[in-house]
Amino acid sequence: MSRFAFHPRRFWAVVVKEFIQMRRDRLTFAMMVGIPLLQLILFGFAINLNPKHLPTAVLAADPGPFARTLLWALRTSDYFAVTRVVDTEAELRALLERGEVQFGVSIPVDFARRLLRGERPSLLLEADATDPAATGYALSALNTLVATVFDRDLKGLPPGLRATPGPVEVRVHRLYNPDIITQYNVVPGLLGVVLTMTMVIITALAITRERERGTMENLLSTPVRPAEVMLGKLVPYILVGYVQVGLILLAARVFFGVPMVGSVPLLLGAMLVFILANLAMGITFSTLARNQLQAVQMAFFFFLPNILLSGFMFPFRGMPDWAQVLGEVLPLTHFLRIVRGILLKGNGPAQIAPELWPIALFMVVMLTLAIKRYRQTLD
Amino acid sequence: MNPEWAIDVRGITKRFGRRTVVNNVALQVRRGEIYGFLGPNGSGKTTFLRMLCGLLTPDAGSGTCLGLDIRTRSAAIKERVGYLTQRFSFYEDLSLEENLDFVARLYGVPRRRAAVVRSLETLGLTARRRQLAGELSGGWKQRLALAACLIHQPELLLLDEPTAGVDPKARRDFWEELHRLAAAGITVLITTHYMDEAERCHRLAYIAYGNLLAHGPVAEVVRAAGLSTWEVSGPDLWSLAETLRRQPGVEQVVPFGSTLHVSGRDAAQLEAVAARWGEGAWTWQRIKPGLEDVFISLTETARDNWGP
Ligand SMILES: Nc1ncnc2c1ncn2[C@@H]1O[C@H](COP(=O)(O)OP(=O)(O)OP(=O)(O)O)[C@@H](O)[C@H]1O
Ligand SMILES: [Mg+2]
Repeated sequence: MSRFAFHPRRFWAVVVKEFIQMRRDRLTFAMMVGIPLLQLILFGFAINLNPKHLPTAVLAADPGPFARTLLWALRTSDYFAVTRVVDTEAELRALLERGEVQFGVSIPVDFARRLLRGERPSLLLEADATDPAATGYALSALNTLVATVFDRDLKGLPPGLRATPGPVEVRVHRLYNPDIITQYNVVPGLLGVVLTMTMVIITALAITRERERGTMENLLSTPVRPAEVMLGKLVPYILVGYVQVGLILLAARVFFGVPMVGSVPLLLGAMLVFILANLAMGITFSTLARNQLQAVQMAFFFFLPNILLSGFMFPFRGMPDWAQVLGEVLPLTHFLRIVRGILLKGNGPAQIAPELWPIALFMVVMLTLAIKRYRQTLD
Repeated sequence: MNPEWAIDVRGITKRFGRRTVVNNVALQVRRGEIYGFLGPNGSGKTTFLRMLCGLLTPDAGSGTCLGLDIRTRSAAIKERVGYLTQRFSFYEDLSLEENLDFVARLYGVPRRRAAVVRSLETLGLTARRRQLAGELSGGWKQRLALAACLIHQPELLLLDEPTAGVDPKARRDFWEELHRLAAAGITVLITTHYMDEAERCHRLAYIAYGNLLAHGPVAEVVRAAGLSTWEVSGPDLWSLAETLRRQPGVEQVVPFGSTLHVSGRDAAQLEAVAARWGEGAWTWQRIKPGLEDVFISLTETARDNWGP
């Protein structure tokens, strides 16, 4: 069909034109760089609120020397403030329920014996995760703490005991909120959010601007085809997207020390699909909107569910089913899993593939819709 | 399908909502002809041109443009037509050179760079080639638009008021260029509100409120209108005009400089009027009606008959 006809020469003409226009439009360009920086500062500031001295209750079923060491270690750490020592499970649970403590640490009955035998006894940490951001630091602090706290007590024992994965297993039981957002979740997540916001808005304006400025009449009278216009308008913004990604990744590393466990090239590759999906969304809006204001409003309507339902703001598994279904449609949801998976968990291509194809599908559907919706006449 | 026709359409109709903007219009333009398209504001000229090059779909009617069906072959038509829009529609944030380059790329002009340089030279825009189109004055914008729609050497030019706001010297150059193109076999369909330009066309059509009222060579259009016109000079023409307008047979009284043009289609009645007022301080002289007299008369009649 002629709608989908594609000639590289005409496509390239549009690309060149869009690049020149983008370069001339200083304000938009500045915004493209400014928005990620601003968001990083805002969210970066928020996640720097690193709560300390969180109220903790300890249930020491085994009151031996190791329990005392642990208690001492918790007391001296910055993150825990042992406010209560209780005797029963029920008491502990009640304290957590009432929100009097943020954490409950249970030392099981045969803790000391199993530790000495090298059986990796488990330490149960129950956390009130209703405010997950508040607990994130403390949880990771406990892990490092138990890895080293018994070193002195266990000195002289066979080294096998002290080998990784450490002498004690910390079992974390998050109450009230099964998923969790930690500091590291936010900055990579921001990557997706910033891209969603700017990529959709910028292309939502692309076609409406031509209409409003009257240049559409001219464009339509030339042999250029819908697919060439659409794709030609996307290409320059892929570059803008990568500039933003570069900025955020740099800041994530330098200012927030976000680990980058997985392959960055893999991330950049997956990013392309995500950027294209958002650009395609924007350009679809652009064919629906009558003017630039409407286009921006549509982009905003798209942005809200992305923020709320993708798992950026609220833990995805904590949402009701219908919201999860909606969330699964959004590219951001999948992208968040990809970016967190790659950066934090070191996921490889095999693990991200199941999250990548829904984004690709979304992109193809949107592009097709946009090309179909693109009016080749002024009717 | 006659290969002689660059444009051959009939029954073309376009409605916007319930308003019929172009009503059953038939038009035939020969290759190598400069065809003028005239009519009052809002009469459907732009709409008609847009239908010819596939920017609007006609609600009824059919025909060909350069031998290609306007309904099904609009992509092929676009390759071979240069359309100059009434409203400036190039990119104001691109320089002249960049605008031309963009268009040349879209049409796949061979040896593009040279073509751009040549077209800048022809239109005397070389010195301003790096200027942003948005910074140009209205007349210069018009020249840029013309250069752009000529760059791919189209066979048919659809020009929508190309000379609006262009100075007389540039207009004359422009018309010379048009005649040169026509001599080379290029067909031009041009809309204009200037009578002197209408008279430079090989043939013209007059459309009012969507209806094609007259067409043919200038002299024929004037003759077919069957108008008699008298030129009146003398004192106090303003109040005389008021009186004359109320006389039977007088259809229009138009001030022309220090004279009045009095016209009507009933020659005998008009002659009587001339005889009656000719005895006073005024001199009456029968003249050949001009195109403008004819058009004003056509428009007035059209308003009576179809009324907007
Ligand atoms: N897209 C549209 N939607 C609705 N009405 C329209 C549209 N385009 C044009 N019209 C109407 O159609 C009529 C004819 O417009 P058109 O632009 O064809 O006139 P024109 O002869 O070119 O006038 P002018 O000499 O002022 O350029 C006008 O009444 C106009 O309001
Ligand atoms: Mg017009």
